[in-house]
Amino acid sequence: MATDVHRPVTTSPVTTSSAVRVEGLTRAFDGRAVIDDLRLDVRQGEFVALLGRSGCGKSTLLRILAGLDRDIEGTVLVPRRKAVAFQAPRLMPWKKVWRNVLLGLPGKPERALADRALEEVGLSQRSDAWPKTLSGGEAQRASLARALVREPDLLLLDEPFGALDALTRINAQRLVGELWQRRGCAVLLVTHDVEEAVLLADRVLVMDDGVIAYEQEIDLDRPRDITDPRFAELRAGLLERLGVDPAAEAA
Amino acid sequence: MSISHAPPGSTKDDIPGISPPDGADDQHLGLEPIAPVSSRRARVPRWLRRTTGPLVLLALWQLLSSTGVLTPDVLASPGRIAEVGRDLVADGSLPDAMATSLRRVAGGLVLGTVIGTGLALLSGLFRVGEDLVDAPVQMLRTVPFVGLIPLFIIWFGIGEAPKTAIITLGVTFPLYLNVYAGIRGVDAQLIEAGESLGLSRWGLVRHVILPGALPGAMTGLRYSLGIAWLALVFAEQVNADSGIGFLMVQARDFLRTDVIVVCLIVYAFLGLLADFIVRSLERLLLQWRPTFTGR
Ligand SMILES: Nc1ncnc2c1ncn2[C@@H]1O[C@H](COP(=O)(O)OP(=O)(O)O)[C@@H](O)[C@H]1O
Ligand SMILES: [Mg+2]
Repeated sequence: MATDVHRPVTTSPVTTSSAVRVEGLTRAFDGRAVIDDLRLDVRQGEFVALLGRSGCGKSTLLRILAGLDRDIEGTVLVPRRKAVAFQAPRLMPWKKVWRNVLLGLPGKPERALADRALEEVGLSQRSDAWPKTLSGGEAQRASLARALVREPDLLLLDEPFGALDALTRINAQRLVGELWQRRGCAVLLVTHDVEEAVLLADRVLVMDDGVIAYEQEIDLDRPRDITDPRFAELRAGLLERLGVDPAAEAA
Repeated sequence: MSISHAPPGSTKDDIPGISPPDGADDQHLGLEPIAPVSSRRARVPRWLRRTTGPLVLLALWQLLSSTGVLTPDVLASPGRIAEVGRDLVADGSLPDAMATSLRRVAGGLVLGTVIGTGLALLSGLFRVGEDLVDAPVQMLRTVPFVGLIPLFIIWFGIGEAPKTAIITLGVTFPLYLNVYAGIRGVDAQLIEAGESLGLSRWGLVRHVILPGALPGAMTGLRYSLGIAWLALVFAEQVNADSGIGFLMVQARDFLRTDVIVVCLIVYAFLGLLADFIVRSLERLLLQWRPTFTGR
């Protein structure tokens, strides 16, 4: 890791109104640049969705923002308080749910803190359960509680609903929308679901060829109605950018 | 509420109002009942099933002995063995031998656990440790530890030390291998999640890596216990003036198959006890893990 040549992931002072500032970011695996001179800005409290075909580097970008991958070139500024929820809940199976929620917090946090976060995601009755006894949706909500209890200024979500069944997903999406509105933190949601992106985000980014190739403001009023013709229009536009023929998809 | 087989030869008329879809054969499906678990369990209690096998064997043995097929100088009868066992307990020689042997196993087990786990932590957690420790341990592992008994006698004399050393050696390797594999087998995704939660290096070791390696460590402990008994038998039969092995060697000289069998039973019993302890430990430490318990 050549930190003497490249600037490392830096913690931003909270003076700017950005939650994320990325400039000239490059990340290569074995000489192949997956992220190539990428630029990204996220305002404080903004909900941004990141779309892109599988393997285009979305997770890589998210891991860099989370500080989990520092083998990079370029400038990356992120808030000190940030939290991640991955596609798999990644709960420690040997810790009860509430201990998972408190894991990694500084000092000796009280259990009540965990219970409050679990309450917020509607999981307080499973606080004492072993993670392996949770259903997929419950585990994902526990993982969300674990992220929220850190009171992040930036919440990074990597396809958190990808493995959920359709019904559970709708509830989880609604939950994330509510939590975001209550908490007011910036959210970067990686997803492959265009409808989910348009439903939740202030702005949708499309990643391609290692950069943000396209972006679309979503200026629909909340709560959003997927039957709204403008919703369908935005969705169709984004699908086209992603190389899916909307007519063929509708058929 | 059970579903029984449709009687053979019954006609389509017994499900009135439901006609098969077009083109479908007018045949009955071979429905079979799904028996509720409770009815499966009810038949024979588990403990009874488990004790039946040994009891049958015992009865067969007694039968062979009392009919004279099995003579006492080949194998004493169960009744005779019970008698001898009672005598050995009464005159204090068996409890003494057991205490001595247990002390040896416990000593070797503790030492071997400390050394094996310590080395595994070194090479599991640190790259440097792996380079320095793993290769020599893997090399030494291939030496059959029983073969070292003569060397140990030269080094440590004929007191307690060579016996403890042999057991220690036997215990160290399975523990090392399993704990090391356990540490290296911890899910990288969980480690990354721990990092993202802000855990320090030590926090990762404590909250993610060590608990994740625990199932492997328990497997290692189980192997180690088995080997500890084996090592004890070897160590006590080569040279000893006390312990269960010594009792057996003495009995061999006097052709006392009854005493030998008593000693074997004691070994088996102690082995079972050790297994029980590990099982309880597993139940306690690995309760987060839903496991298949069989039927
Ligand atoms: N650790 C790694 N080593 C080598 N290649 C990697 C690694 N992680 C990701 N990649 C590659 O980087 C590309 C982007 O991966 P990823 O960010 O996971 O894509 P996605 O957009 O589907 O989340 C893929 O081609 C993947 O093969
Ligand atoms: Mg991904």
